[in-house]
Parts: sequence; C-alpha cells; structure tokens
Amino acid sequence: MFGIYLKRELGRRKKAALVIALGLALGIALVITVNSVSAGMNQAQDKVLKSLYGLGTDMTVTKAQTAPKAGSSSGPNFKFDAKSSSKSSQSSDRVMTQGGQALKSSLVDQVSDQKGVDSAVGALSLNVIKVNGSFTQGKAQSSGGSNQGGPGGASGGNPQVQGGGANFNVNNYSVAGVDVADQGLGPLASMKITSGKTFTSAQTNAKVAVVSKSYAKSKKYKVGSTFKISGTKFTVIGIATPNSSESSTDVFVPLKQAQTLGDAKNKVTTIYVKATDSKQISTVKKEIQSNISGTTVTTSSDMASTVSGSLSTASNLATSVGKWLSIAVLVAAFLVAALLTSSAVSRRVREFGTLKALGWPSGKVTRQVVGESMVNGLIGGALGIGLGLAAAYVVTAISPTLTAQIGSTGGSGGGNGFPGGGGPGQQTANTLQIALSAPVSATTIALAVGLAVTGGLIAGAMGGWRASRMRPADALRSVQ
Amino acid sequence: MYTLTGVTKRYTRGKETVEALRGVDLTIEDGDQLVIQGPTGGGKSTLLQMIGGLDRPSAGSVELDGVNLATISEAKLTRLRAEKIGIIFQSFNLIPTLTAQENVETALVPLGVKPAERRERAAEALRSVGLGERLTHVPTELSGGQQQRVAIARALVKKPKVLLADEPTGNLDEGTRDDIMNLLEGLWHEYGLTFIMVTHDSSIARRAPRLATIKAGQITLTEQGTRQFAQQAQGAQQPQGVQSYDQQSYDGQQYAGQQYAQQPYGGQSH
Repeated sequence: MFGIYLKRELGRRKKAALVIALGLALGIALVITVNSVSAGMNQAQDKVLKSLYGLGTDMTVTKAQTAPKAGSSSGPNFKFDAKSSSKSSQSSDRVMTQGGQALKSSLVDQVSDQKGVDSAVGALSLNVIKVNGSFTQGKAQSSGGSNQGGPGGASGGNPQVQGGGANFNVNNYSVAGVDVADQGLGPLASMKITSGKTFTSAQTNAKVAVVSKSYAKSKKYKVGSTFKISGTKFTVIGIATPNSSESSTDVFVPLKQAQTLGDAKNKVTTIYVKATDSKQISTVKKEIQSNISGTTVTTSSDMASTVSGSLSTASNLATSVGKWLSIAVLVAAFLVAALLTSSAVSRRVREFGTLKALGWPSGKVTRQVVGESMVNGLIGGALGIGLGLAAAYVVTAISPTLTAQIGSTGGSGGGNGFPGGGGPGQQTANTLQIALSAPVSATTIALAVGLAVTGGLIAGAMGGWRASRMRPADALRSVQ
Repeated sequence: MYTLTGVTKRYTRGKETVEALRGVDLTIEDGDQLVIQGPTGGGKSTLLQMIGGLDRPSAGSVELDGVNLATISEAKLTRLRAEKIGIIFQSFNLIPTLTAQENVETALVPLGVKPAERRERAAEALRSVGLGERLTHVPTELSGGQQQRVAIARALVKKPKVLLADEPTGNLDEGTRDDIMNLLEGLWHEYGLTFIMVTHDSSIARRAPRLATIKAGQITLTEQGTRQFAQQAQGAQQPQGVQSYDQQSYDGQQYAGQQYAQQPYGGQSH
C-alpha cells in the first residue's frame, strides 16, 4: 500500500514534485560542479607545484637571502679586455648560487634525523650567466672631412676613428646539483628520462650532465654532446622531460660538480624533505624550524599560497563565490521543498484525518509523507547528478587554459627559496600554463546523494511533523 | 455497549470558550441503532467524534465495552478505531488517487492484513455493496452514490463492532439517498452492528428506533419505534466478515441493500 499510495500521490502532484525535484537538482548540480572544478584547480595547482618541487617532496628547507652589504655589488661582474689587435672572441661565465643563502651540507643529515622525517636530500641551485663575443676596433682616418665618431672612437680633431664596437651574447641558464645517491627526491624527481640515462650512484663527481628537453633542443644537444660550464667540460648522458608542465631547471649535474662550479664546497641551497606521514607535515615543519634555527621550511601548502595568475583567481572564485552560491541555492532549494511539502500536507488534511480515523497510526501517516519527500529528493538528486556530471564534462571538454604564477617578481627574495627561483636577492615568477579539468570523484557523488537524502528528509520532516499533529477529528471537521 | 457519562466538550477559540457538549449521558446497547439529529452547531458531530474515539471529551467518560476512550493511550485508541469502529463520512473521504479496491484496503492496513488477503477482502466488500465491476475505478470515475458505497465497504471490510455515519446521505440526491439508507439498514440488520448515525434528514430520523436530539450541547432521547432490528441483531451471530454476508448478497446482481429497499424514505411520515 505504501508504494502504491506513494506512486499515485507523486503522479497526482507532478508539477509540485517537479518543482521540488528541480530546485534540489539545481543545488546539487551546483555543488557537484563547484566541487569538481575545485578538484580540477587543486590538481592544476598540484601539477604546478610538483613540476617545481619534485614528486614525493613534502617540504623544502632553505635559508633566506641576506640583504647585500652597503657598497657591495650584488650583480655579476664581467671583465673583458679590449685588446688592441684582436678581433678574437672572448667568453666569461659567472656561476652564482640561487634560491637563498647556501646551507652547510651537514644540515641535510641534521634534517634527516628530525622526528617525522623519512628522508632528506640536498641540492644546489646555480644560475649561470655566460657572456661571449668580441670587440671590433675602430679605424683611424686622417682626412679632414666630416667628423664621424663610432662607438669607442673619438670625435673631433685629427686623426678621426671610425667604426668599431662590441658584439656580445648573453646566455642565462639554470643548473641544479643533484645528489646522485638519492634521485627519488630532489630536482630530478619531477623529471622523466626520455633519452639516454640518469646518473649512477657512482657518478658523484663525474663531469656528466642531464639536460632538460627544451634546453637540449635550443642548444641542439644530444646524448653524447659536450658543453662547458665555466670552463669545465660536461658530457650529456641523458635528456629529461618534466612529468608535468615545464621544468625550471635546464641542466642537472652531480652535486659535487655543482659545488665546485658555484664555489660552494659542502654547501647546498635547498634540502628536499619527505615526511614519514603526509598528514604530519605541519608537525614536522615545526620540528625542523624549532631545532634548526635560521632556516625557512616551505611546505606545498605554503607554496600553494604563492600561486597567482588566472589559476589562482579561478580557484578563489570556485572556493569562495562558487561555494557560497551553491550553499545559498541548496538552502533555498531545501526551504522551497520543505514549504511545498508542508503546504501539500495542509491541503490533504481530510485525507490524513480520514486515514487516522481509519486507525492508521501517526507514524504510518508520517512515513507516507516522508516517503514521498524522499522520492522527490532522490529524483532531484538523480537530476542534479546528471546536470552536475554534464557541467563537469563540458568544463573538461573545453579545458580552459589557466596561467599559474608561483612566487613574486622582484621581491626581497629568498623567503620560500624553492628551486627554479630567480637570481640572488630575488625570486623570479614561474609562469605555467595549465589546462583545467573538472574530475568528479566518488566522494562528490556520495555528497550529492547525501544532499538529496537530506533535502528529502528536511522536507519530509516538516511535512511529516504537520501530518503527525493532525487529529482524526479533522477528517470530519474539514467538511463541516 | 457504549456508556457516556457527563460528557462535556469545550473548544477555545481565542478568548472565547464554546461548550459543544454539556454533560451528555447516554447508553447505547450492542446492536442498537441511534440517529442523532439537531440544528447545525448543536453538537451532533462532536458527539459522534467522542463516540468514535476521534476526539476526547474535556470532562466525563466514554466507555465502549468497559474501556474508557477518554483516558486510554493514543496508541490504544488508534488500535481500537482500527479494530472496532467503522466510519462513513458525508463527503465520502476517499483517497482520490487510489482505486475503489485500494481505498477499501486502507482500512485493513493498520490491522497488518497481508496484501493478498487485503485485496481479496476489499474486492469481496465492494461486491457486497454492488460495486464488483468498479474495483479499479478511482473516485472521480464513480457517482456520488457509488463513492459512498465504496466508503461503506471500507467501513465494513474490517468487520467492525460499531458503524458510525456522519450525514452519509448529505451529499446525495433523493433516489441515491434511499439506496444508501436501505443498504445501511440492511447491513446493520445483517451484522448486528451498533449503528450510530448523524443526520439532518427528518425522514431518515423518523424511521430510527431511537432518536437523540442535540440542541446547544444537550441531548434529548426519544424511543420512537420498535427495536425489532436491534433485537434481531442482538440475536444474530457476531459478524463473520464480509465474505459470509457476500455469499448471500452478491448473487447475480443482487446486493444487501436491495433486500431492504422496501419503500422510499422521502415523503413518508410517521
């Protein structure tokens, strides 16, 4: 009887049932869409962070850059000799550590020993600026004609110097010194070798390098090619591509080689840390900060807060506007459902009064009302899930491209000290393009079903409460 | 047997208190037929509500077979209504979305009767009131008289001890009224039910063996005719269900009411 009665009543009040179901469907669809887009944002942020951070890295330890002393130059210094009789090419490399102050290598072991730390690996980030080119000397002319002074030449008087100048190229690239004994953590962890091979644990001080695919392409390097960094010749043993997005490091060399190049013996710029339990990251962070003073510990959530650009804007929109909009629509839908159900019960006073007069207990009448509301809620839930999945599918199909910037350009620098940062004293913003998707998880579907049931229960509870308060005498009274 | 002692019912509307019943004393024997008549607002329906356990008195007691309906728990009162009391309403009060058979079944739901038996008993009850061909019709597909027959089948399908009727012919034309009254009297006679009916219709009231007139909440009883039906009913066996009645009533096109359709109600005077 319950099922037949329920089916017939919903059939009789199709329009009201549809209004209730559609209201709930709209709210639930919004929740699914906002949730899936937020999940897509998080995935995009994770991709961005992992591309810079390395897979498996829970946090990094760095040391903030100190402000340069007064009078000292913080920029690289190049010296070229304008030789009187030479058109020959001159070249000069400047190798500088980047990403904050260098830390002692011994700190890596100290960090490893902290409670909650699974493993820690040190890496040295270098920035290499190579300037090469030549001067061209001006030519002296003794004619008394018009005065034409070239660069480097003198003007006025006799003899006159014409022509001359300088032609120099600047090549700026980043180098990471990698602990070859543990490549599962650190700068290379986010890279995949696509050609050649990676370092062996025996190559702690070998003059070999792995280069990023984009850098290799620009320099036409292949496995077996050689190139020089600050006069030291390296052989390319592998070409690597980042697991996601772009790599911010161009060349990877063994840590010892990087320390030699950067004149930073037994120094690292970043310590990559993996926690034993990913849920205890904040505890481990506090542990390291309190035991190793003067260091900055940056977790991926800290990094996430530095993400800016359209990804950040969209993420903020999804989490703030989207969340509140879906809550507002849901609350409105619940209210409308409850009011319509309650109003429907009021119109059925005689019906429920009659059933009570026939001996139906209040609980049975209430169950009937709640049952009808629950079916309404579930229909709304099913429609909402359908709509939400369609919206998520459309977002994924369109895949809008978002821009993510990490860090701040021209900041006082050194604070976060993640690899791939800019030159000394500042962090360069890393701009990445990410395609947004909207994955719908089982949890989101479960949430939608839960909301549908809740909506049905709220409406049913209100209607059922009214129905339960009706007296059997109402069956007679309403016809008087 | 019903024993009403000092039954008073007060309603409060805002600051005003209305006394719908004022110390009503009444005894109704098993198998008796009592018609309650009176002006609108006199307390007829209120008295019926007290007798049917649909409402509780503000003071006094309403005893059915020694059980005081004024003081028993709500659950017991609900159960008592489900088991012992059949009610017929002026506006039929059928569930509009359910078929005639399903409407009759609703009376068996609180008794926990299994669906198959429920369907069978409902069908038998409808046949007994001449609606064997209308089982699957919803109320809007039935005439007023047919709807009231469905309501009568619903009241009787559970084999009640008491049948209450609140203006059962109030919404019917004269011809249909006579059919329904003949049917009800036939059923009362056949089952030995205690039959209590509220009516405005003087022609119906005049035919009742006992007439209770209510004015301003006070009752006046008139013994106005033979209690032959009642005595016959008391001598009859306790109802064995619609099935046993149906064996004699639903034979061919004849049903219970037809046996007692001796003469029309309208225009008669006693």
